[in-house]
Amino acid sequence: MQRELEIVLTRQLASYLATPAFIVDPDGNLLFYNDPAEVMLGHRYDETGEMPAAQWATLFEPTDADGVPLPPDELPLLIALRTRRPAHREFWITGLDGARRHLVVTAMPLVGQAGRFLGAIALFWEGAAP
Amino acid sequence: MRVRLWGTRGSLPTPGPETARYGGNTVAVEVRSDDNSVIVLDAGTGIRNLGRTLPGTAKRVDVLLSHLHMDHIQGLGFFAPLYVPDMEVHIWGPPSPAESLRSRLGRYMSPPLFPVRLRDLPCRLTVHEVPDGHVHVGPFAFDASLVCHPGPTVGYRITADGRSLTYLPDHEPGLGVRGPLLPDGWTSGCSLADDTDLLIHDGQYTDAQYAERVGWGHSTLDRAVEFAKLTRSRKLVLFHHDPDHDDATLERLMRELIDRTRPTMPVSAGYEGEAIAL
Repeated sequence: MQRELEIVLTRQLASYLATPAFIVDPDGNLLFYNDPAEVMLGHRYDETGEMPAAQWATLFEPTDADGVPLPPDELPLLIALRTRRPAHREFWITGLDGARRHLVVTAMPLVGQAGRFLGAIALFWEGAAP
Repeated sequence: MRVRLWGTRGSLPTPGPETARYGGNTVAVEVRSDDNSVIVLDAGTGIRNLGRTLPGTAKRVDVLLSHLHMDHIQGLGFFAPLYVPDMEVHIWGPPSPAESLRSRLGRYMSPPLFPVRLRDLPCRLTVHEVPDGHVHVGPFAFDASLVCHPGPTVGYRITADGRSLTYLPDHEPGLGVRGPLLPDGWTSGCSLADDTDLLIHDGQYTDAQYAERVGWGHSTLDRAVEFAKLTRSRKLVLFHHDPDHDDATLERLMRELIDRTRPTMPVSAGYEGEAIAL
């Protein structure tokens, strides 16, 4: 089943960016993350592949600055999907390599031609050390 | 289903003795069902000759536009059925977020570019923006889907009489891809071309030309063959020939292409007047 063209092109753009990028479909299922995101998440996309929101949203153990776990619906990507507006926040994750990282994340909904809602993309970068 | 190529050239008409074999008219393709219903793909300069061959008894013709670049619409004003009172002409094309298809077509079909306005045509004209999903037109069904080319552009898959034709005249499936094309879920156009009986596909550039024109929306000859293999197409006709590729050049490029890529399906360069029975 071919992805929507806008998603195909978004993946291709992401694959050229030095900024980590993470793409999900309208249901929150992970479709792709790029090489720089692999470094931050501690795992290669080829190894994780696509996965449902319930899985990736907890896999990286997101927490706030005090170590309190963040529920999935407070993650910027899932906020962007739910509200169809951009969302931004900082939080902490544990990468699949076991490293704890401070992330700054901006997520944007992806709306295609004729108003088709296609999912969302998150661009993120590493925050300052504690 | 029978297919006839009335224009195979991309970008610009290139008449002259050096293009006599493959043709100089820009893209136009006739698709005729077993009951003689006709769909026309694109309205390049080849559509003028096509229009003159439609039977006098025809009451309806559907023109499916892939996009509105000039080489795909330049012949529209010279399409004879537009001037036949009571002829039902349906023009289909891609929607745009900014302006209706009728309005965009009207930019060409109006002074100073053309003397006759769309609204003044004597035929019974209906302009449709192609919807998502299946469309039925007489014995035909078609699907349209956005494909990788600058501006709103669709490809088509047409089925009739149990056979399928996929039309991707302007398509850059390898944009941004390093190495082989991605699996078919991640390559533009795959849903239209999957397992098709005939794939008419952009083959405008050599690799050397493409290196200077990445993002212009066209395929190399090699990528077209790779795309046909990826989609398990049964026959590939290369199309939208570069204006700089005269007959001798095209024949040399095709020989080299076949030697280099060892295609798993019949591959040829489409030529003006070519008839293909499916």
